[in-house]
Amino acid sequence: MTTDAKELITMLRTMVLIREFDLLAIELRKAGRIHGVVHPYVGEEAVATGVCAALSPTDRITSTHRGHGHCIAKGADINRMMAELFGRVDGYCKGKGGSMHIADFGIGMLGANGIVAGGLPIASGAALAAQLEGAGGVVACFFGDGATGEGEFHESLNIAALWKLPVIFVCENNRFGADNAVESVRVVADISLHAAAYGMPGVAVDGNDVLAVRDATGNAVDRARRGEGPTLLHCQTFRWLFHAMRDAPPPETRPAALLAEWRERERDPIARLEDHLTHQGIVSAADVAALREGVKRDLGAAVDFAEASPYPDPDDLLVDMFAE
Amino acid sequence: MREISFAQALDEAMMEEMQRDERVITMATRRAHALEKAFGPKRVRFTPISEAAFTGIGLGAAGSGFRPVVHWGMVTFSFVAMDQIVNQASKIRYMFGGQADFPVTYRCTTGGGAQVAAQHSQSPYSMFMHLAGLKIVLPSTPADAKGLLKSSIRDNNPVIFFECSRLAAVTGPVPEGDVTVPLGVADVKRAGRDMTVVGLAYYVREALAVAETLAREGISIEVIDPRTLVPMDVETIRASVRKTGRLVVVDEAPATCSAASEIIALVTEDPETFRALRSPVERVCAAPVPVPFSPPLERAALPDQARITAAVRRVLEGAPVAV
Repeated sequence: MTTDAKELITMLRTMVLIREFDLLAIELRKAGRIHGVVHPYVGEEAVATGVCAALSPTDRITSTHRGHGHCIAKGADINRMMAELFGRVDGYCKGKGGSMHIADFGIGMLGANGIVAGGLPIASGAALAAQLEGAGGVVACFFGDGATGEGEFHESLNIAALWKLPVIFVCENNRFGADNAVESVRVVADISLHAAAYGMPGVAVDGNDVLAVRDATGNAVDRARRGEGPTLLHCQTFRWLFHAMRDAPPPETRPAALLAEWRERERDPIARLEDHLTHQGIVSAADVAALREGVKRDLGAAVDFAEASPYPDPDDLLVDMFAE
Repeated sequence: MREISFAQALDEAMMEEMQRDERVITMATRRAHALEKAFGPKRVRFTPISEAAFTGIGLGAAGSGFRPVVHWGMVTFSFVAMDQIVNQASKIRYMFGGQADFPVTYRCTTGGGAQVAAQHSQSPYSMFMHLAGLKIVLPSTPADAKGLLKSSIRDNNPVIFFECSRLAAVTGPVPEGDVTVPLGVADVKRAGRDMTVVGLAYYVREALAVAETLAREGISIEVIDPRTLVPMDVETIRASVRKTGRLVVVDEAPATCSAASEIIALVTEDPETFRALRSPVERVCAAPVPVPFSPPLERAALPDQARITAAVRRVLEGAPVAV
């Protein structure tokens, strides 16, 4: 097997894991076994997977409220992610953060963020640190189409371009900002056009084609590592499910035809890579089935890990407030 | 000891801390020429007028191992960066379970009395005190300014460092070299017997002036400067009130939900200190208005020595609290 084939299978497994993780989270939330809010990333798996495939382990990312996929793609431990959703002490944030605030600074995952565009300045700051460190590190900053309406988006792009910061701004345009269609809140459909106004390359990419995302990110990473500054990637994808759920998923209000169109096999990011790999003879149907079984086993183990972990001790309420 | 101004003391602290630790970097919309000459434009960065972005850039760089000192200019401008302050900086360490430290210092000028009108005469410390997760520093003397800024930069948490505009040109003795003032330690600026006056920033000076005047009448006032509002050295203040039995707090922020209110709550909810009170306490604060421009109106809006003196006399004459 070539390295390339290994990488492709790894990407397939990452995408399957991301999808199954969120589908499981939905079921766990419906059953009342986990708490709070779930923002599923189902349908958008190729963006996180393709971007992170182009990063090195020491590169950093910032994430969003819809962040489980970014964590998994950057290499987070699903046991500790699941424990965080369960509010347990072995979660990444010891149960203090929950779904919207998972971080793993050890792998360069600088945090999910409950505020639209809130991560852009922080990613730019991490990129400033990488630039000052001088070791060629880069930062990938994930955000949604909705973030383009925030001042922090525009301010960050300008400063990052001005200072040639090694950051890749990854816009995941999933066509909806919460319940609002992107065309109802923007005039210009192509978000990559913002790049020109700030003097950086803007690249529109099929966000459901993991290889296209990886390659576009790779170009942006090369440019950033060369010291030439940021790139804006516009990854066009689609949110298959609801914006957010608490006790139960909200009713679907989007047109059925639109949903069906995006769920077609040739647009589904996972099916596309799976078909590509089987047509190339890189994997068999049995390999894919085994991969899926392995993912389900790992997720089952993650739930077991989470449930075996105790809740945090209320006496530790004030721990972690201030550093010494 | 040599005397330098409050502003010079802050400049010295910056110069020394950047010399001491190459991870200290600065960002501001105004060029810092002396620092830039000494340390170069990579570490001394002037920024576009984009407070939300550079407030978050400071935070992000802090989370990646640097010690940024971000100067907002006037505190007024921090309000356009509220997401990064309120949602991000104040919560980022705790909500991620203490995985990383965020040693960023946000400097800003504050206060009224300079005829720059409503938007540029604000003293919003208590808005930031209210957010668990930020340290809040408010010096009143050049020596404290230097020592506290050095401690703020070395602190591993987000710190907001308020620099009272009316103190910028005030001079005072400042020790040379690496002398720090710890965060969370109040200073008894004048010892006294009959009354505790807690002053903040400029009003430490005004309280000291009132104490000096009233001393001629045989009234002995103890003046305390908390110096940091988070953490608050409540024990020093309570100990003083247990001794004097009387308390006035002077601040140029409006009284509602103010640092003055917090200090009074901290004092009076302690049973032993409460029982030691011999008179109702009083706040001397700004009027609840946007600070007006015209000098007579501005003077009417802010505390002054006459108002502090009147409050002190009322509290001295106040009826004993029934036990």
